[in-house]
This record gives sequence, C-alpha cells and structure tokens, in this order.
Amino acid sequence: MNAFEYASPTTKEQAVKLLGNSWTEAEVLAGGTDLLSLMKDHIVEPKRLVNIKSIKELGGIAGTAKSGLRIGALVTIQELLDHPRMRKEYAALVQAAEGISSPQIRNMGTIGGDLCQRPRCWYYRAGFGLLGTQESGEPLVPNGDNRYHAILGNSGAALFVNPSSLAPALIAMNARVKIYGAKGQREVALEKFFTAPTTGSQREYDLQPNELVTEIIVPPLARAKSATYEVRQKEALDWPLTTASVVLTMTGNTVKAARIVLGHVAPTPWRSTEAEAAIVGKAVSEATAEAAGKAAVEKAKALSKNGYKIQLAKVAVKRAILLAAKGGTR
Amino acid sequence: MAEYKWPDADKRTQIGKRIARLDGAVKVSGKAKYNSDLNRPGMLHGKVLRSPHAHAKIISIDTSAAEQMPGVKAVHIINGVGFEIRWAGENIVAVAALDEPTAEDAIRAIKVQYEKLPHLVVDHDLKIAGEWATPTNESKKGDYEKGFAEAEVIHEGVYGMPVITHCCLEPHGSVTEWEDDNLLVHLSTQAVSGIAAQMATPMEIPAGKIRVKQDHIGGGFGSKFGPDAWDVAGAKLSKKAGGKPVRIFLERDAELMVAGTRPSHYAKVKIGAKKDGTLTAWQSESWGSGGPNGSGSPPLPYVIDIPNQSRKHVSIANHVGPSRAWRAPNHPQACFVTMSALEDLAAKLNMDPLEFVLKNKALLGTRKDNYADELMLAAEKIGWKKTWHPRGDKTPGPIKRGLGLSFHTWGGGGHASDCDLVIQPDGSVEVRMGTQDLGVGTRTALAIVAADTLALPLEAIKISIGDNRFPASGGSGGSTTIGGISASTRRASLDALDKIFEKAAPTLNAQPAELEAIGGKIQVKGDASRSLTWAQACAKLGAMPITVRGKNPGPGPLTSQGVGGVQMADVAVDIETGIVKINKIVAVQDCGLIINLKLTESQVYGALIMGVCWALYEEKINDQTTGKTLNANMEFYKLAGIGDIGQLEVHMMTGKGYDERGVIGIGEPPAVSPGAVISNAVANAIGVRVPGLPLTPDRVLAALETKGGR
Ligand SMILES: Cc1cc2nc3c(=O)[nH]c(=O)nc-3n(C[C@H](O)[C@H](O)[C@H](O)COP(=O)(O)OP(=O)(O)OC[C@H]3O[C@@H](n4cnc5c(N)ncnc54)[C@H](O)[C@@H]3O)c2cc1C
Repeated sequence: MNAFEYASPTTKEQAVKLLGNSWTEAEVLAGGTDLLSLMKDHIVEPKRLVNIKSIKELGGIAGTAKSGLRIGALVTIQELLDHPRMRKEYAALVQAAEGISSPQIRNMGTIGGDLCQRPRCWYYRAGFGLLGTQESGEPLVPNGDNRYHAILGNSGAALFVNPSSLAPALIAMNARVKIYGAKGQREVALEKFFTAPTTGSQREYDLQPNELVTEIIVPPLARAKSATYEVRQKEALDWPLTTASVVLTMTGNTVKAARIVLGHVAPTPWRSTEAEAAIVGKAVSEATAEAAGKAAVEKAKALSKNGYKIQLAKVAVKRAILLAAKGGTR
Repeated sequence: MAEYKWPDADKRTQIGKRIARLDGAVKVSGKAKYNSDLNRPGMLHGKVLRSPHAHAKIISIDTSAAEQMPGVKAVHIINGVGFEIRWAGENIVAVAALDEPTAEDAIRAIKVQYEKLPHLVVDHDLKIAGEWATPTNESKKGDYEKGFAEAEVIHEGVYGMPVITHCCLEPHGSVTEWEDDNLLVHLSTQAVSGIAAQMATPMEIPAGKIRVKQDHIGGGFGSKFGPDAWDVAGAKLSKKAGGKPVRIFLERDAELMVAGTRPSHYAKVKIGAKKDGTLTAWQSESWGSGGPNGSGSPPLPYVIDIPNQSRKHVSIANHVGPSRAWRAPNHPQACFVTMSALEDLAAKLNMDPLEFVLKNKALLGTRKDNYADELMLAAEKIGWKKTWHPRGDKTPGPIKRGLGLSFHTWGGGGHASDCDLVIQPDGSVEVRMGTQDLGVGTRTALAIVAADTLALPLEAIKISIGDNRFPASGGSGGSTTIGGISASTRRASLDALDKIFEKAAPTLNAQPAELEAIGGKIQVKGDASRSLTWAQACAKLGAMPITVRGKNPGPGPLTSQGVGGVQMADVAVDIETGIVKINKIVAVQDCGLIINLKLTESQVYGALIMGVCWALYEEKINDQTTGKTLNANMEFYKLAGIGDIGQLEVHMMTGKGYDERGVIGIGEPPAVSPGAVISNAVANAIGVRVPGLPLTPDRVLAALETKGGR
C-alpha cells in the first residue's frame, strides 16, 4: 500500500473540500471492506483518504410507512437487516442483503459503499485496468476467462458485472440517491446512477471525484410485493452468479405493475423492461414467471465462457417473481 | 525380551478408544504458537519480488533503489540475470526490512527487465500442448483387443479434473535466525527431522549446525516437505542482517500461485463388459500437467484390476507453479476417472453400480472381502436400497436427488522412526521424537501408546516433538506417520518396561519375566498383593534416568501396509441452476489397528470436507493470455463453508481381520474418493455424466444441455 494522507471530517461540507478534483487525488473511505483491498493490491492509489464514518448525518434509517425510507449512506448491511420495518416492507432489499453472507462484511460494509464498490473482474483486480486490457490496448476479457462476466449490456468496452446486490433491489424499489458535492446537493434515480464506462479512467457511476453519496430514498412499498432471488453456488461467503429483484404491485393474483432488475449480469444493474412487460397484466404462475424470465434474457449475448449465466438469469427472474407473489418468504 | 506386538483387545486401556486431542485446549484458546505467529526479538520482515510472467528470461536486475531505502536491512537475489522463469510468481529477489510495508515498498522499487518467452498455462486440451507434451507411460496387460471383442456393452467417455492447490491455512514460510554460526529455523514443515540436510547445501554449512523447530502447523497436505527457496533466502537475509530473525511467510496470492498444486488429469476411456456385468477390457489415454515437471501417471484403472488393459499417459510440462504431493498423489485422479467410467458403464448395462461392483469382486485384489463388507455397510448407512434409482431422478420439480459410490486404496505403512523414552527415578516419563503433529493428533497418539504400554494415565506422559535435536523420525507423508511413530514408541516402551521389571523384580521376589504393568503398578502377574506403584518401581533406578531407544522398522508385527475404503454420497442437484448440494456422505474405512478412534475419524471427516471442496469448487484458473492465475485469492478460489458440507458419517472398520494388520496410516485414503463419489451421485441424480470437476453450475448445465434440454 502506498503512503497516503488520512482525513476524518465530521461534516459533509468539510468532507467535500477534502476530496479532489480528479480520482487519483482522494477516495472516500466508509467501511473500507472494498477500498482497503484495492489499495493493498495497488489497484487504487489515492493520495488522501477521506474517512466519512465520523459524519453523523450520514447514518441512520428514518421514515414512515407513508413517506418511505431515508437510509443514510453509512448504514451498515447488518443495520439494514436488523431494522424492524425492513423485513416486512422491503423483503427484496433484506433478501439481497442476506446474500452478503459474511458477518464481518455485513458489520463493516455500508450501503453507500455497496453501491460504490468497484467491479470484481479478475483482470481489473490483477492490475489490467478497469476494462481489462493488455499493454497493447487489446481487451483481455473476450478471449480470456469470462465465466463471471456480463451477458447483457456487453456490446461496449465494459464487460465486468456490477458487483452490488443491493442496487438491483433498490432500483426495483424505485429508489433515489442523494449526492452532495462541491456544487451542492443533487438527487438522481438510482437507476440512472450507474453507467458503463467506455474508458478505463471513468467510474461505473455518476459521481464526480468531489461528490459523496449521502443517502438513499426508498418510496413506500407497504402494499407491493417484493423479493430477491440470488443464484449463488455456495452457502458460505460467495459472490452471486446472478440475482433478480422484483417489486410487484398486484390486484389479487394479477400483476398491475412490475419492476424487475437483475444483478451481476451487466456492467450496471440491469432493469429488464422486457420481463416487466411480460408479467404485467398476467396472473402469476409458473408459466408466466417462466415467460418473464425468458423475456429478461431475450437480448442476452454470451461471451465465450458465460453462456450458462443466461440460464441462471432466466431462472432468477422466474423464481424472484414466484417468491414475491408468495409474499416474499421462502 | 519383550514380545513386540500390540496388546490384545481386552488388554487395551487407551489404544483404540475415543480420546480428545491433548493439544485441543491450547489450540482453541489461541495459546498454541504456529511458526507464522512468532514475533522474535528484533525480527525483520521479508518479502519476495515475484515474476509477473509465466515464461521469461531475466535480462537485468537493479536493486539499488531498494537497498537505499531507509528501513531495508538486506537484499538477496534468489534468481539472477540469465535465469529462465518457468511460472508466474517465481522468486526473483528477497528483501528484509524493519516492517512489512517497507519490505513491500522495497520489492516494488526493484527494476527487473525480462525477455518474455512463449508460455502454456492451460492443459485441458492435449492438442494445444505441442512440444510441451511428452508420452511418459504406455503399458498393456492381457489382450485388450480381445477383451473388447468379448465385451457386449462398451462405454466411451472423457473425464477431467483441473489443477488445484493445497490451500494451507498457514501459508508456507519460516522465521530464520543465526546464533553465531548456527542457524535456527522455525519452519512450517511436514518433516522436522529432514530439513537440516536439505538446507545444508544451499546454506553451505554442515547440517549439524541447523536447528529446526515447529510446535504446530496449519496444514501441509503434502506441500511442506522441504525448505523453500524463500526459506533459504530468509536465512541468507538474516546472515546479511547480522543474524537478526527474518520472517517470510507467503501472502495468500503467492501461496496459491507457487506453493504447490495437485496435477490435473484428463482421460479418454473405453471400458467393456459382458451383459451380466463381467468386466472384460479397459483402454485409457490420459494426460495431465502440474507445472514444469509435468504430471505423474495415475494408476488406471484404479483398484479394479480389469483383465485386459491398454494405457497411455502424456505429461504436459507447462508454465504454472510446480505441483507437489497432494494428499494421496495420483489416486484422486485415477479414482475419479475409473469410478466415473464404471458408473457410466453400469448405467449403460442397466445395472445398479453396487451390484455391478460386487459382480466383479474378484478383481478387487487381496482385500476384496473387506471391500465387499465395506460396500454393504456403506449401502446400509446411506440407504442405498431405498434411495438408489436408475439414472435420472424422475420426481417432478427442479431438485433431483441421486446416490453414488466409490472405493479406494492406499499403502500407509510406518516410516522410519526413532523414539527415545526417558524415565526419571521419580517416575516421570517423556517421549522424545523429531516428528511433527500435522494437526492430526500425533502427540496424542504417542501418549496413548506409551501410556497403554506402561499402564499409566495419559497425563503421565510428556511428549516432546517438533525439534530436530530429538531422535529422527520420518516426514509426515504417504500416511506413514502413525505406523512409524506408534511402532517405535511401542518398542521403546516395552523395552523400558523390561528395564523397570529388572529393577523391581528383586523387591517383589520374582523374576522380571513374571512381572506385568497394570493400573499404574508393577506387579507379579495376576497377584495384586505383590506390587509396587510405578513411582516406587522407578525409584529403584537410583539417581539416573534411563533412556530407551525404540526404532521402526523393527521386530514384531506392529505396522503393515494396505488399506481400503468405500464412500457413498447422496446429493441434490438443482437442474435449473446447476447447483449441487451434498445431502450426506458415508465413509467406511479400514486402516488396521486404530490407536485413537476419535482422531482417526477426524482425519476422515477432514478428508471428506476437503473432498467436497475439490469436487464442487476448487480450480486454479490460469489465463493463457497473461499467464497469470486469475483466482489467487479466497474469493474466487472457492472452498466450502460449513453450510456446504452436508451430513458426514464415518465408520471405521475394527476388530478381527483389521486389528491384526497392525497400525496403518489414515491421512490420505479417505481423501481419494470424494470427487468420484460426488460426481457419480450427480450423474445418478440428473441422468447424465458431468465429465469435469469441479461440479460448478456451468459444467452441470452444459452436461444437461447435451442430454437434450432440462
Ligand atoms: C468476500 C466478499 C464478498 C462480498 N459479497 C458481496 C455480495 O454478495 N453482494 C454485494 O453486494 N457485495 C458483496 N461484497 C461487497 C461488500 O458489500 C462491499 O465491500 C461493501 O458493501 C462496501 O462497503 P464499505 O463501506 O466497506 O465501502 P468501502 O470499501 O469503504 O468503499 C468502497 C468504494 O465506495 C466508495 N464509497 C464508499 N462510500 C461512499 C459514499 N458514501 N459516497 C461515495 N463513495 C463512497 C469508496 O470510495 C470506495 O471506492 C463482498 C465483499 C467481499 C470482500
């Protein structure tokens, strides 16, 4: 790890001043569960770390059944799981969080960090740059080992998958993210927050180097049914092969509105309007859920070694819909 | 003269019982110090610069920036200009500094110029191996063409398993330091007595000046028999730094890249039988790799001696970190290929594989009756009769259940071992031996043998091991430790007892030969009224302790070799996701006379757990373009957690037919079958063979695809 300066501001105004104008200057430090490994491996080498854990206003979960929720960026994954309203009203988020099956990570990792964590692409993590390229500029992923890479949204330069399990659930819930920066406060739909970079110096999300995620706003969901289905090989700590989060608004057994978002299949969380269209207006059954799964992967394109993920994505969508319709409990 | 045999069953007071390990408390409380835990006074931290290329020549090395860095105490070039690097991660320069970050900075400041050379780091396809492939073994037995002509049903298949690593929890490494011109090495090793001789040459000092110590080790599995280049480098750095201790333990990525692997194995198999299941012929063309030294040639067909055989093996010498012995070298590979082919043929014959194997019992060698007993017992425990079904679980829904079986063998006779048994006049007893406890319970076993022989409680025996100043005992490999150390200790204890009988006899008015040790006393056989306590008897030694040397090999039937075991697995496969879960594995195993039933079973549990890992998850993924290992971390080099292991049931065969064989090792045999047995259970569940390990969703789904949809 390179030597770095460490700052621990107590307000977001101070924090933003300490952040730099380029990504190489400073990094935000939350739980550190991702950032520190990146630094130890010399993948990210900030000159300054801005620890945000002392900024009180970035913590806490607040809200009512009517107003929805405000989740501070510093809320840990475990705090999400422990919050009394979550399990009942936001099943998809709880199930996504449960998939992060390491108590240590859940206790340290924050929701802001989960959304802003960097891709797990092994070429990126081995020092071949965000997009995984050889010195010649030749991309490594298409001809390399891409078993865990993208099957959707993979026609550009970015072939990694977005690593966040919480993001698809939050996007399915139509969450918004509040950002504070040198130019003040702004708010974006979380769905619009993630981007697929076209060069290795870009980030995978809509943040400037001097901006912070401060909170996540989740609309009320009390009357919707939601679920996340994660395909993960191991019970023990393991990355998902794919996840699907769904939020269904139902009349009886008929779906009136749906939001379906896949995780770990594309460089960004992947909202599938095709799957949504396939299930809206239908009664939920094995057959309609299966059809929605099929629709979700209609445009999927396998790389050389990840064709199996198309099947997994299809099943994840099907099972998430069935799970949600059942009331979100397995 | 003592008669060197094990006590009869009714006379055993400790041997064969379930006894908790003596070092359990220090381990769970964290008091046990592994060598990687050591923090010696003034200790420096070493790091090794490693090659980023899989195959290259070193053109130049410039260490000047590192040498000038404050805090850097010594720099040592391990492989210099002109050296040909043959795997990514190969050692180049070692540095010792005041702390780890400085050492890390220093190796990053070293400039090395490489000339890149073409590399090969994959091995699944023999065609692309080109010049790096060498036929190493071709053999025939009987007339395989005639055998296939006689066959009424023939199966052909291709099977394969990738390179995996040992993944020791405690990485490879050492703390080395000099005391004048004597070298003290705290090494994580499986061979305490054998290290000095191996280090003497590179260190250019007499082996007698090298002291090796190790109290506990965090895993070796065959990968820790010698000092590594980084250990020698550590000793050289220490010398340059005025003798200060230097600690070099591998980082996890290096551990996974360069500290040993199990070679891959792929085989094209043809196997034939008559309609009634009688096996007639075997043909295999296999290949494998494990770094620059290629691969061994697994013994195909495994255990089952099919009458007519033709076998060819090709070894690929490729550019990945070299292989090392991995728990039962060559056997897991041979077992997976053979058991898969047998099961596939049974399916083609429409036979229950259990019946099929029993039908061919005559081919199972000298222990065929043991195998038959073990098969029946395992079948009962897994519920074979009730749960086994012909290939393909027909119950509706995506979760399919299946059963599989496998069997295996191993040698495991005792290695050379010297034991000093020291008895003090106050009755204290100490066993001294230059052996090591690999975490398997060696200390406990030594105490059990001495205590049972001397009729003392376990606590009365002090165990001193893990130091090469004690009498030499073999490295812990090939499952040879328990046979060797129990035999030498039994001989030492029996001889020591004779000495005590001699001293005690006059007081008891008896001949030494009339005495026995029983319940902490020395008494005239069968007459408790004529006895001395152990302490009273030892007091007759006068002022001086006695030291009795016991040896293995030696007289009497205390150890032999050759064991067998059967495993059966019950699995559930989600055919929509390709995810395999273990419901249960049953292991029935023999290993001669058992010294400690609890820790013997514990070895089998450990082997099954390790087996679930490589059957379902483990694979060293190398990237042909960059030559690098892509998953040199614990995120993507996957190991099972507790929730992945399923229910394990272990049954050890004991009593008549087993105990008379003497003590035989157990570490390796149960580690052979898990890949085969889980793969067979999966084939039974889903109706098609997944030809490759590990059984990951991509492989399972691809196999289902070939079957024609799900
Ligand atoms: C072995 C392992 C398995 C995992 N499995 C999963 C999984 O299955 N699903 C999943 O979703 N995650 C998984 N994770 C990731 C884990 O959830 C993240 O590491 C964690 O949530 C990151 O939070 P943190 O607070 O520690 O972030 P940090 O490590 O502190 O930061 C991560 C990144 O986000 C930036 N950042 C953090 N907070 C903010 C903020 N408020 N504003 C702007 N930028 C910010 C940092 O600058 C840094 O770039 C796993 C991690 C590990 C190590």
